[in-house]
Amino acid sequence: MGNIIAIAQKELKSYFSSPIAYIVIGLWAFLYGWFFINILAFFVRQSMQMGQFSGQQAMNVNQQLIRPLLQNVTILDLFLLPMVTMRTYAEEKRSGTIELLLTSPVSDFEIIMGKFLGAMALYTVMLGVTLLHVALLFKFGTPEWKPIVTAYIGLLLLGGCFIALGLLISSLTKNQIVAGMVTFAVFLMLWIITWIGSFSGPTVDKLTQYLSIIDRLDDFNKGVLDTSHLIYYLSFIGFGLFLTAKSVDTERWRG
Amino acid sequence: MIEVQHLTKRYGPITAVDDVNFRVERGEILGFLGPNGAGKTTTMRILTGYMPATEGRAIVAGFDVFDQPIEAKRRTGYLPETPPLYPDMTVSEYLTFVAKIKRVPAADRRQRVGAVMERTRVSDMANRLCSKLSKGYRQRVGLAQALIHNPDVLILDEPTAGLDPKQIIETRRLIKELAGDHTIILSTHILPEVAQTCQRVVIINRGRVVAVDTPDALTARLRGSETMYVQVDAMGADATLAAMTLQRIPGVTRVVESDRRDLVVGYEVESDRGRDIRRDLSRVVVSSGWGLLELRPMRMSLEEIFLELTTEEAAAAAPVAEVPVGEPVNG
Repeated sequence: MGNIIAIAQKELKSYFSSPIAYIVIGLWAFLYGWFFINILAFFVRQSMQMGQFSGQQAMNVNQQLIRPLLQNVTILDLFLLPMVTMRTYAEEKRSGTIELLLTSPVSDFEIIMGKFLGAMALYTVMLGVTLLHVALLFKFGTPEWKPIVTAYIGLLLLGGCFIALGLLISSLTKNQIVAGMVTFAVFLMLWIITWIGSFSGPTVDKLTQYLSIIDRLDDFNKGVLDTSHLIYYLSFIGFGLFLTAKSVDTERWRG
Repeated sequence: MIEVQHLTKRYGPITAVDDVNFRVERGEILGFLGPNGAGKTTTMRILTGYMPATEGRAIVAGFDVFDQPIEAKRRTGYLPETPPLYPDMTVSEYLTFVAKIKRVPAADRRQRVGAVMERTRVSDMANRLCSKLSKGYRQRVGLAQALIHNPDVLILDEPTAGLDPKQIIETRRLIKELAGDHTIILSTHILPEVAQTCQRVVIINRGRVVAVDTPDALTARLRGSETMYVQVDAMGADATLAAMTLQRIPGVTRVVESDRRDLVVGYEVESDRGRDIRRDLSRVVVSSGWGLLELRPMRMSLEEIFLELTTEEAAAAAPVAEVPVGEPVNG
């Protein structure tokens, strides 16, 4: 456990001592702010129109503001998480520091978990930025907090899946750029995998629906904690980390 | 302390290390000598648990590196060919991180980091980023990293590569100092380094061990006969005649003219092994009325031995008796 923490700390520190953390968090904050302003403006206009026409019930902050807002966070995940994971293994292999890790009394599992938790910690900081905006909504409105909590659990799990996959892809190459591009392409593919469903038979449709890691987020956003989704996400993460371990191990044998 | 048995490593069809066997006793410094691509780094990587062997066993500090890798790694310090530094950490941050993953107890870390920085003379760079270090300092921080957990076994892949002559001397002295408490394997291209620092040498070529011995014994083994270099000013006398005069000295087997500048001629005089002809040689030169300018024993250098052992024909017949040098003048 001590080793995992040591490596996670090292990872987190290296994100912050290189420009990566600042660029990723900066871009994240800017783009998220853009989403926030626009969705908020849309929401305000809608509710004003609603107010003008008769005494209909007020608009729901959770349903019509926070939900679309947090759905857009997945877009940021798609674009920015490859930047977080692309260097994890590729850079260690390129600079030779992987030799230090693999010849230290640390198991492959500890190295992988350390790297995973380090990236997760950075992702948590990124999500923390979005909480500021949500906090503003609490100041000026009365949203329900429970669906927000489940939505954030969903976002953490989704990010975990992306990070596990990103680690795997980074472990396959020495080149950060290659790792970043492939990771982005794979994330995008997982995103649009359901498109084929509407043109093909029910079996393919069901299969792609199952593979899609984005669609499951809807339930979390609605405030539903479905164990099947939880298990899906957790096993996705577990499988990704398992494959990363295998990839590092075969690398050893191939030399 | 280190035992390597029938170690073989194949990358697909290529055999990088082929049935290598050797032992290193506690406190010994073993030199690993071989041309590029001979399998030095591969062997070291197997010993440090970086990669598994295809066949054979390696036991480090009593633990099989394949069956009990964690235990073996706890007792091994490794300096790879390129020091594994994280560019965005300072030297002391880096060493503290290494201390953590090498399982130095939290209470001792600060003291250990200070001690190894002192020992490898990098204390003045403690707060410098690793990316800003010169090659010499990078190498020394690499060495500090290998020492941080006070390992029984040190494996150093070309520890003096890229250092300036002063640093090389310092590093060699440091390695020698370390030999008492640590068992050391070091690889190098630089042959005098082996002669100066190592008690035993393993010469490896194309993945095979071609010789294991002390540097002195290796030198002796390849030296079939004693050779003296003598430079004389023959004062106008015929050089061939001078060679014939030298040839008549008892014990001399062969005289070869090796260089000539105007009237100054240098000869290589071979004699029977174990027979000291220096006195006779100098007396003959002086009594012939020539000027004796230089007289010194010629030794086959490790370079020559190395070339001898790693050139294919010679490798087949390892204990070479005669090593002809230059052209014979008088048979």
